Amino acid sequence: MTTIQGIRNNRSLQTGLGLLFGILFGFLLVRGGATEHEVIWGQLLLYDFTVLKIMLSAVLVGMIGFHLLRSLGLVELHVATPSLGSNLVGGLIFGLGFGLLGLCPGTVAGAIGRGSVDALVAGAIGLLIGTGLFARLYPRISRGIARAGPLPWKTVPELLGNVNPWIVVVPAAIAILGLFWVLETLGL
Amino acid sequence: MLELLFAARWSPYLAGAGIGLLVCLAFLLSNRPIGCSTAFLKARGMLGGLVSPERVESMEYYQRFAPTVDWQFMIVPGAIIGGFIASLLSGTFGLELVPTFWADRFGESVVLRWAVGLAGGILLGFGSRWAGGCTSGHGISGNLQLSLASMLAAAGFFIGGILVSLAIFGIPDGRGVWGLV
Repeated sequence: MTTIQGIRNNRSLQTGLGLLFGILFGFLLVRGGATEHEVIWGQLLLYDFTVLKIMLSAVLVGMIGFHLLRSLGLVELHVATPSLGSNLVGGLIFGLGFGLLGLCPGTVAGAIGRGSVDALVAGAIGLLIGTGLFARLYPRISRGIARAGPLPWKTVPELLGNVNPWIVVVPAAIAILGLFWVLETLGL
Repeated sequence: MLELLFAARWSPYLAGAGIGLLVCLAFLLSNRPIGCSTAFLKARGMLGGLVSPERVESMEYYQRFAPTVDWQFMIVPGAIIGGFIASLLSGTFGLELVPTFWADRFGESVVLRWAVGLAGGILLGFGSRWAGGCTSGHGISGNLQLSLASMLAAAGFFIGGILVSLAIFGIPDGRGVWGLV
């Protein structure tokens, strides 16, 4: 534990780790095909399920790994307080951009790396403008619409009455595997 | 094993499982969820700071997310480098002005594409900060913690994205789920 705390508190080491994690992330996004516009648009048009397979495989492995680490007391939850006005409304605005650009922020970065000028000119510049615009409007949005429709629970285990997270993790893992089976059976 | 390093595409299940392990490693060693939209915000704050540092320092949002080169910021330059390494190793690196999928439908006009794409990028940046994260921060890192905020956000990402894509490109006849209905 002390060594892990030492690593976490070492700021220059963390900056280097951020770079390393970013490199691995970009590498995996390109290898999965997620940095190609046609793969993202294929998913949003519901005929190429590559993106869903990547995301749900990551969730499946990550969910089990995270909860193992959490059961061992090595990691803690990092979740936001949910509200419809923030997460759903913001998510829908994001979705409009997702459809127009054919990439998301992480895949914009990976796509720049593989040579997409579209990701650089439209994606990265658009992201800089959009995040800056939000920073400017943040005081109004955060005190206004983002507070609408708050949910009293942060996680699914909390929603179910503070049950042991594994009661949710195991069925969720089975459901994801079942969905993969359905996708493969249907040839999607 | 070594061929995998050079293969242009992996099974999406393998790439996804790798990302899942990576997110766990980031939680363990850095105590943070991997997300990408914050880095663009920080970059925007740093650029703004070149023009007017007082103005950036006075803004509430940049007090929450300090525009500095840190772990969160480095994810994006890292992902650019990682994408570059991946495409170099597989020999698939190549400059692409207009995405082929777009050009097939709307032609090679760079102006039209970049105008639509830029509008998309702006909405993506604005919406990701409004929702408190993007496809990586909410879609993967948040959902694997069984976060309700992340599930709401991911629902928004895909509902919005599906509607806009269908509006732009039309319903693809007979392909994927459309062949089943």
